[in-house]
Parts: sequence; structure tokens; C-alpha cells
Amino acid sequence: MERTHKQDPQAATERKEPRTGADLLVESLINEGVETLFGYPGGAALPIFDALYKAQNAFDQILARHEQGSIHAAEGYARVSGKPGVVVATSGPGATNLVTGIADAMIDSLPMIIITGQVAQGVIGTDAFQEVDVMGVTTPITKHNYQVRDVKQLPRIIREAFHIATTGRPGPVLIDMPKDISGEIIEESFSPNIELDLPGYQPNTKPNPLQTKKLADAISNAKKPVLLTGAGILFAKASEEVLEFAEKYSIPVTSTLLGLGAFPGNHPLFMGMAGMHGTYTANTALYECDLLINIGARFDDRLTGKLSSFAPNATVAHIDIDPAEIGKNVPADIPIVGDAKAALIRLLTHEITQPEHDDWLVRIHENKENFPLWFNKPDQDMIGQWVIKQVHEATDGNAIVTTDVGQHQMWTAQFYTFNKPDKWVSSGGLGTMGFGFPAAIGAQLAKPDETVVAIVGDGGFQMTLQELSILQEKGLPVKVIIVNNQALGMVRQWQEKFYSERYSQSIFSIQPDFVKLAESYNVKGLQVKTQEEFIKAIPEIFDYEGPVVVDARVLQQENVFPMIAPGTGLNEMIGVKP
Amino acid sequence: MKRIITATVRNRSGVLNRVTSLLQRRQFNIESISVGRTETEGMSKMTFVVDVEDFQKLEQVTKQLNKQIDVIKVSDITDKAIVARELALIKIVSNSQLRAEVQGIIEPFRASIIDVSKDSLSIQVTGKPEKIEALIELLRPYGIKELARTGVTAFARGQQPSIQDGSSYSSLLG
Repeated sequence: MERTHKQDPQAATERKEPRTGADLLVESLINEGVETLFGYPGGAALPIFDALYKAQNAFDQILARHEQGSIHAAEGYARVSGKPGVVVATSGPGATNLVTGIADAMIDSLPMIIITGQVAQGVIGTDAFQEVDVMGVTTPITKHNYQVRDVKQLPRIIREAFHIATTGRPGPVLIDMPKDISGEIIEESFSPNIELDLPGYQPNTKPNPLQTKKLADAISNAKKPVLLTGAGILFAKASEEVLEFAEKYSIPVTSTLLGLGAFPGNHPLFMGMAGMHGTYTANTALYECDLLINIGARFDDRLTGKLSSFAPNATVAHIDIDPAEIGKNVPADIPIVGDAKAALIRLLTHEITQPEHDDWLVRIHENKENFPLWFNKPDQDMIGQWVIKQVHEATDGNAIVTTDVGQHQMWTAQFYTFNKPDKWVSSGGLGTMGFGFPAAIGAQLAKPDETVVAIVGDGGFQMTLQELSILQEKGLPVKVIIVNNQALGMVRQWQEKFYSERYSQSIFSIQPDFVKLAESYNVKGLQVKTQEEFIKAIPEIFDYEGPVVVDARVLQQENVFPMIAPGTGLNEMIGVKP
Repeated sequence: MKRIITATVRNRSGVLNRVTSLLQRRQFNIESISVGRTETEGMSKMTFVVDVEDFQKLEQVTKQLNKQIDVIKVSDITDKAIVARELALIKIVSNSQLRAEVQGIIEPFRASIIDVSKDSLSIQVTGKPEKIEALIELLRPYGIKELARTGVTAFARGQQPSIQDGSSYSSLLG
């Protein structure tokens, strides 16, 4: 920033303006290499936005139409770029509109920097206009948060925030900026070399060799080993290592929802996703295995089902960078704290006798043959699973795919085979409706040359569809496929199965005209009602250079199968066969 | 089971809130918390007495506390040789005739009268929680007007016995 100012004569005149705390903030962000910034202005954040105006050539600044859109876009950006998503919002409602996204990023471990304006220090605590105790609100849903009370501390805080957000288990870090701090005139020059002083934060990335040796021995003796791949592998960029490891010892692999793509989905050792809507093969293997190696997954209840039926006879090895995850839900016999990549590299150096488990591989192969994922294919009407398969074929399985939560999400996890890492962006732990579409915007900004498809439900899309504005504004060719069953599909499914078909508030009797709606944002809109229409529309969607919204009308009654009903175990799947 | 956990923390704004809200949202029952500065500038020590179901839950308490950025060190010192003390202020109904009698009761506890008025006495007592409990019970018949306790503060003794005699210090907490 200083350098550009010196070189740019016009900027040099601006330089005479007094520098403020907000300018210092912007300089710190530039120093951290921020390129894309998602913002929404407001009163208490005005000094920050004024500083951003002065620095508008430094970042690509994205104005979403709702703060929730900003933060989900930033999450999508963070997920596929590996860089922290940066969001700026104002105090009070600006900050509270971010809360869903912060919680989403926290539970799915996304690196995020959230900067909120705050009322001036003199009125903090007086219920001032647009004042909310953002520190109090966000303490439980951030990895860490700061309120700046001394402008001199700002560069240190920003440095620490980026370090905390991106190292160890990634997560959101919030910085609350009182307006008087942002507006304070400062003389200090900015020094980019700040030594970190965080004695209480020392993530342990190197696994204990005694523990990895123990796991190596367990593998040598295993008759029925299973490898569970979580999103931790993606954060550690350990996909190659996990493939080498699984192949070397012929260990069958299953994945969590968010771990999809960490291991190639078309690999013969891959059993499909595990959990509530996972494959029969994967869940049966988890139930029967004698050694479970979990790398970078947190044993979420949607994965484990009833805990007493989860890997009941297995020695459990758990590799995780967050020590608090180990033993939280499932006791670990072999706990390994460390980075997934470091742990796999270490494991690959150990002498491991090839496990004798041919019977096991045969059994898994047979299960895969006999109990594949299935769906009923109606003659002409469309159903969600079929739509996903078409999207998969049309994109050769190479697109970046984002989703909301619900039936379309599970169908995508089941029928869009992810063979490469960082192509899959979904709201896992929080299950956030309205996530998928803005997340696709963030993903497209991070990877402008890749095909980005947002597969959304008609419910979730209506929560954040105002972000269609950004597509036009930024020229983003995002393809939005609305799997439109005119209902909150997953809610409807649960009401059908577990609430005696009492469809309370889950059916949409009125839908907007999504085609006209898209067109009003200058985005191409298409409605397709039959399989034939969809197949015909595929070139119109994927060969077209701009953004498209496809209203794909699917049957309302279709359910996601197979399923582990709530409160039951991995061995009690329903809907395994047609 | 009751456990005594100490946490060394950085004196940064919101750290107490952060720690207590963490314990609350994870449903760990806090019996008492005491906080104060330490010998090192910028560092405070918190002593918690928590009631947890089992060792798995206990491990989660310490791990979750350790995850906090401003928390430097967490120790479960329950089973160590420790010094654990609490301070209580007890105001009881009294008059000039009763004063000597009360003095007689509190003396074996090494408690002291720190304030006297026409109809009340204020007593200060320091010690293990069970000792304080015992004194309160003895004073209860006089009528307790006000009671304030600090919660336990504790640390490990300078020298740990080389062989544990089997008696756990958790018994200190009743």
C-alpha cells in the first residue's frame, strides 16, 4: 500500500489526507495477501468502507445483497481456494446477519476473517443505535474473536487473526472495530513484520511416532480394516498420500459428507459415503470392521448413527489436528494428534506387514455389486437423483458443485461422483439452507475458469436468491440447478416417515416464476419439466458462457434412500433395495 | 464426581466470559470459579470446581479449555498433593451477650470476627471447603443474615509425595 502510494501520483495527493485506524486495517489486510473481500456497508463501518474506497484497486470487492450472502460466498471462496474468506459488515444487524455463516464456518472448519463495525467505545454498553454485543454473540461460534480497543494493536490483531484462522483446525476469527478506532487519526507507520506472541495457541501438527507405530501394528494385524476420510484430509492437502496409503495396504475407504473428493469416488477401494444416507456397503463395513482408521473426521452423529452400533468391534484409530475431537464422541484406542498429511507420511514410513484380509475385500466387493445406490426412474417425469446424474455426465464430474442442505444435497453426495479434491462445497455440520447459491458465487470468484454448479432446493434458493445480482455485476457464469419439488423435501420426507404424513408447513403451494425471476436479474432462466426437456436443455446450460438458472421440476414424493432412521444403528438401514 | 481444575490464562478482555460460556454451552456443571492475578504480569489463574459424570467428560473439559487461544495451561490437580482454600464471610444475628459464645465456637476454626454491630457479627474464615461447611452449620442456629464464599482456589504443593498413599484429595471436596 505504502509502495503503491509512492508510485501513484494521484494516490500521493490522497496520502496527504490523514490516515485513520481503518486505513491501518486495510493496510494490514493487504499485507496478509487478501485479494477478494466480501462487504456490506453501514453506519458504524463507514470509516472502514471509506478506507476501502481509497484502496479499491487493492481488492476485488463484492457487494452481496444480504450479509448472509456475503459470508456464504466467502465460505465458498475459502473452501475451494484454501485462502481465508474475508467479510466486512457493519454493527448490530450487519453483524447478526452474519451469525449463521459464522456458525456454519465454525462447524465445518473454514478459515474466515470477519470484520464487524461496532458503535464508538464511548457508547458501547448503552444500547446505542445498531449496537449488539457482537463479542458475546460470536464467542461460542468463532475460533477466536477480538474487539479492538487500541488502534496500535490493530496490525498485531490482524496478524494473529489470520494465523489463528488458517493454522491448526481452521476456523472463523472475528474482529470487532469500534467506530472511533476506525476513524482515529494515526501517525504510526505500518510495520508488516509482526512477531506472533500466542503462547496459548500451539497447534500440534507432528504426530507422535509411538502412536503411528501402534497404528501400523494394528494394520498389520487387521482382518477387516476400514479407512474413513474426512474433510481434514482436504484441509491438509493429503489426497495423494491417502490414495497411496489405501492402495499400499488395500484398505477399503469410506468418506464423510464433507470428505467427498479426498479419495477418488470411482476407485475400486471406495465404498461410497457413510452415514445416514450413505451406502449399504460403507455402513456395513463400519459396523463389521475390526480396525477403523479415521483421518480428519469428527464422528458427527449423522455419520455414526446410534453410537453403540458404531464400529462396535473395532479398534478405533483417530487422526485429528484438534485434540478435543479425539474421544469426544467415539473413544479412540489409538489417538493421533496431528496434521493428516504429516500423519500419513509418517505412516507410510513404518514397516507394515500386508494385512491378510482377502475375505474382507471380497465381502465388500460383493456388497458393492449387490447393494448399489438405486432410484426408481419414471418414464418422463424427472426426479432429483436423475437430474444429478445428468449434471454429472454433462460436466464429466469435473465441476465445482455447491449445495444447500436437504434431499438435493444427499442426492448430490450419492450420485455426483467426486474424484478430485476441493470440488465439493456443502454445508455439513450446520445444515444451512441458503448456503449453496452464494457459496457457488464465492467458488466461482476463486476459480474463474472452472465450471461451478449450484445444486439447490427450491426452499434454500429462496433464502438467498437476491445474490443473483452479483452474477450480473461480476460476470460470473454460475449454473444454478433448482431441484424443484415444490416442498421442503427432507422435511416432507421426515414428516412422511416419522410424523404420520402430517405435512406441517413443508409444502409450497405458491412458487415464484423462477425463469422470470432470473431474467429480472439479467440471468438466463429455463424451466424444464420432463427428462426430454432436460436433456435438450443441457447444451443451453453448459455450453452457454453466462450464468443460468434452471428450474427443474421434479416429483414431490421422491425420498432419499437408503437411510438410517434417527436413533438407529449402522446395521439397521432401510430402503437398501428398491 | 467433583474435580479441581486450574487454568492459567492471559489477561485479555473477555477471557473469563469465554471460559465460562464454553463450560456452560457444553453442559459442564461449575460448582465454583475463582480468578486472580498470578506472579507473572499479564497472567491470571482460574480455579474451577466442576462436577462431571466420568473421565471422558473430564477429558473434554480440559481439552476444550485448552483449545481457547488465551488459555495457556490447564491442569486437573484433584489427585495431586494440593493446597486448596476458600474464604467465607458469614454475618450472623448476635448481640453483646452472645459475642463471647460465638468467639468460643469460631476459635477452633481459626476464624475471626471482622465486624461487630448492635445486632450482628461478621466472621471471616479460610480453609478447606469442608471446614467452612462445618463452621456454617455451627453458626446456623444463631441465624445467618448473609453469607459470601469465594469458591476454591488451589495449586499443587511445592513438593509432590513420591508415593501416593491412595487417599485422593478429591475427598477434600466432599
